[in-house]
Amino acid sequence: MELISQHAKKIMEGCKDRAREAGLRFGDETLEYIVTNRDLLELSPKIMIPTLYDYWVQDVEVLRESGRYELYPNNPYETVINTRPPISYYNDNNPDWLNVMIFYHVIGHIDFFQNNLFFRHTAEYDFTSRALADKRLIARLRSEKGRWVDYVIEFSKTIDNLVGYYDLLANINQTDGDRSSSMLDFYFDVFLQHGLRSSMNTFSKEIERYNRMLREHPEDGELLFIKSITEKHSELEALYAKKLVEKKTVGRCDLLRFLMEYSPFLNREENRWMLMVMEVVRSTSLYFQPQIRTKILNEGWASYWHEQLFLGDDRINGHEVDFAIVNAKVTSMPRVGLNPYALGMRLFQYLEEQAEKGRMGLEYFQTADQHQRRTFDQGTGKGRDFIFHIRENYCDSMFINSFLDQEFVDLHRLFVVGKRLNQERKTWQYYVRSRKAVDYKQMVADSLYHPPRIEVAVADNKALVLNHVFEGKPLVRDFIQGVLLGVEFLWGSEVHLFTSDPVPVKAGSESDGQLKEERPKRIINWKRFRYAMKDRSLTRTLAE
Amino acid sequence: MKKLQELYRRLEARGLSSEQRQVIEWELHLAKQVGDPERKHNASPPPRSRSLYRYNDPELLQQGLPSPITAMVAYQTLDRLLERDLQREKDGFPRKIRVGKLVKPGRDGDDKVVVIPTTVEEKLFHDQIRDESEGEGEGEGEEPGEGGTGEGEEGEVIGEQPVHEEQGGGSGAGQGQGGSHELESTVYDLGRILTEQFALPNLKDKGKKRSLTRYVYDLTDKNRGFGQILDKKATLKRVLQTNIGLQRLHDLTQIDTDKLIVSPRDRVYRILSKEKDYESQAVVFFVRDYSGSMGGKPTELVVNQHVLIYAWLTYQYQKQVTTRFILHDTEAKEVDNFQAYYAMQVAGGTQVSSAYRLVNQIVAEEELARDSNIYVFHGTDGDDWDTYGEEALPELEKMLVYASRVGITIAENGFAGSSRSEVERYLSKSGLLEDKKELLRMDVMSKESTEARIIEGIKHLIS
Repeated sequence: MELISQHAKKIMEGCKDRAREAGLRFGDETLEYIVTNRDLLELSPKIMIPTLYDYWVQDVEVLRESGRYELYPNNPYETVINTRPPISYYNDNNPDWLNVMIFYHVIGHIDFFQNNLFFRHTAEYDFTSRALADKRLIARLRSEKGRWVDYVIEFSKTIDNLVGYYDLLANINQTDGDRSSSMLDFYFDVFLQHGLRSSMNTFSKEIERYNRMLREHPEDGELLFIKSITEKHSELEALYAKKLVEKKTVGRCDLLRFLMEYSPFLNREENRWMLMVMEVVRSTSLYFQPQIRTKILNEGWASYWHEQLFLGDDRINGHEVDFAIVNAKVTSMPRVGLNPYALGMRLFQYLEEQAEKGRMGLEYFQTADQHQRRTFDQGTGKGRDFIFHIRENYCDSMFINSFLDQEFVDLHRLFVVGKRLNQERKTWQYYVRSRKAVDYKQMVADSLYHPPRIEVAVADNKALVLNHVFEGKPLVRDFIQGVLLGVEFLWGSEVHLFTSDPVPVKAGSESDGQLKEERPKRIINWKRFRYAMKDRSLTRTLAE
Repeated sequence: MKKLQELYRRLEARGLSSEQRQVIEWELHLAKQVGDPERKHNASPPPRSRSLYRYNDPELLQQGLPSPITAMVAYQTLDRLLERDLQREKDGFPRKIRVGKLVKPGRDGDDKVVVIPTTVEEKLFHDQIRDESEGEGEGEGEEPGEGGTGEGEEGEVIGEQPVHEEQGGGSGAGQGQGGSHELESTVYDLGRILTEQFALPNLKDKGKKRSLTRYVYDLTDKNRGFGQILDKKATLKRVLQTNIGLQRLHDLTQIDTDKLIVSPRDRVYRILSKEKDYESQAVVFFVRDYSGSMGGKPTELVVNQHVLIYAWLTYQYQKQVTTRFILHDTEAKEVDNFQAYYAMQVAGGTQVSSAYRLVNQIVAEEELARDSNIYVFHGTDGDDWDTYGEEALPELEKMLVYASRVGITIAENGFAGSSRSEVERYLSKSGLLEDKKELLRMDVMSKESTEARIIEGIKHLIS
């Protein structure tokens, strides 16, 4: 790995100036390296972070597919990584015009990393330096504890997708101050509304009474009120105390952190070193969380800008055709498939145009006439501002859910592809299943990264209870054993996982072969199961 | 289809238990759904397009891409990894590195194994809702679909992709991508690893060594006067003999070597000579049930196990192994290579006897029993329309006369419930498992068996 030549660096700096003029904002410093295939082989298992800690699984091919579909998405190799300064990688034999295109693409990513709100928590420190420190820490621990370090890494990694990324985001920039609710808040917000005798009537009456008391006794009205309610509801105080304890429990959806805080095993003196290892795994995971949640946006944004800026760049006139070939490969919509670059870029272009013509407002949505809609143009000139706003505030799921509408689907003639086996012709047939925006949106949404939500609690017998919140999908069953084994090790005693598994119902099996097209819709019965891991053996029982 | 129904009627006439009828009807039902079993056997699993997260900058921006097989592990590394894996077992955690799924036999019988250690990172992930009975046709229209753009009305077919007759073997890693980056090795090495790391037993010498009409050349013969290498010790003996004969040595305690006479004929050499080869040879029959009920897991288990057995035998016999691949539903047929053996899809009914008969026929016709040790490994889910083994058992007995080992793997399909499968039942009943313990072994695996279990099974089958 070596830095790019001065010549290429100069080109890069020129690109930065042009990008800034166009409105992108990013830090001055960047690092560009030339990489060989060999470097890439070493970098890719380390998610392109050269200083990431060593771990034996990096030497092994990790199977990410099982059976007929891709099991889970992962952070892929990227050309640029979100560090301070950002590091990007290049081939050593790229022609200048191609480097310019890649530079612009990279700048688009850097701008996104540094401005999108979902990356807020990565802005404060340089991940490569931190990773280096972590790497040294782990190397030191390994020299003391040997293979047990790798076990702890392994077990922590099995749950590193359950890290409470959104909790982290929510807590950023929030002063801890007076966030805990007072007894009064509890009375009005919880007790009255969710208690046994909740009715709108009592609620408003109580508010009235409270206000009256404040008016009548400006000095100690509140105290009097509290006194009156605690007298009236004797259980209130106990409930409130319980609520406070519950609130304090950290990481209810952050299994890794929960273990670190509360595991009796980890908090034993001789095991405390494991916490350091777990923290490394956890912070690494958190660092990459936004990246996988903004794939379409991030790539769309970078593609939008490399096209805009490349075509406006006066230095590389004469390479338009070369550019067009590469650009088409990157940003063409495949006949079958979902290219995040193409989809993202088109959405940005579409939204820019819509906003430019003022079509994002109420007035446009209330226009029913097709002709008027087509010619609707308020000339607001707000297009750029609008896409910059999206770049700052959205992630993939929000982006898809908010803006994928029928107009866009029609404009680019998008559809959902179905696939079926044709026995007669011995072929797989692809067909247009739907051209509705709703279906298309659903299809994209289904393919987005979405880790399960696991709520953590401790049972009376000190067993750890993991509750998988049911969202219409089962967990990958083959993996449960491995995960629970690790969690049991880290928790120190038995672990229970509650989850829903489908129980197939044989739908009318006397089909005649010809009626295949109209096969009855599969009926699925969901049953709640308990997987219990005790002494490294797993049992599965019906929980209902 | 007609043939199947005819067979069913014939069996019916002989009388069937209700359970048996149920199994047969189920398989018939499956067969009806997929149509011609022969055609179905040749189909391949549905193609997949790549996911959203598979697109990445380095590839799209023409920057090249690291090989999907990132682990180009040199052998010592593999050994080290396996050592680590063994240590895991000692520490009480399950093994994590898999070597069994990596076999990629060459197209032209030139078997090669791509040894890529693989593993999975287990996490809690959402799964798609799988059809429990995977053998049951294809879940058409129920997969979540993919994106697409361009012309076409709803419902219009926009493209077709031929279902390949044969497709790359080896599930998981090594699915043909990045050919040039693969580290190729022989099955022999996998066998070595299996033998050493998984402590598979060594083959017992059956004393069945037979001479082959093959010769090797070796420096074993001695020749006086000329040759390739001077045998100094023998020469010195000769020289002393000659000199004693000539009475030139009087005091044997004090020999003055300068005075010795050396005749040209005294020089003894080792000379290159023809040697008959006495190595033993093996023919291995791999027999797989590819009937409809074998869909999904059972097939995977059987094929994985057969791959490992093959590798192990290759190692044990120093590559002197010939393999034959036989597939059967109600009829048996031989296929040329492992590729085909692996890729054929399941369909149709089950008659175990057909396969055994074919093996016997091949052995008899080619007189294999004379020159080779013969191994037969049969993988099935245990269903057999021939409920009591009336046809299969006589064939099996015939086989046991010449075979060095017959190993039967039953990977339960879980359809028949908890009851034992037909094959298992009639084998135990026949008493062959006890009487011919040295020759016949059976291993029953559940559908959920892991790789460790497969290797356990092999130990049982071949020990």
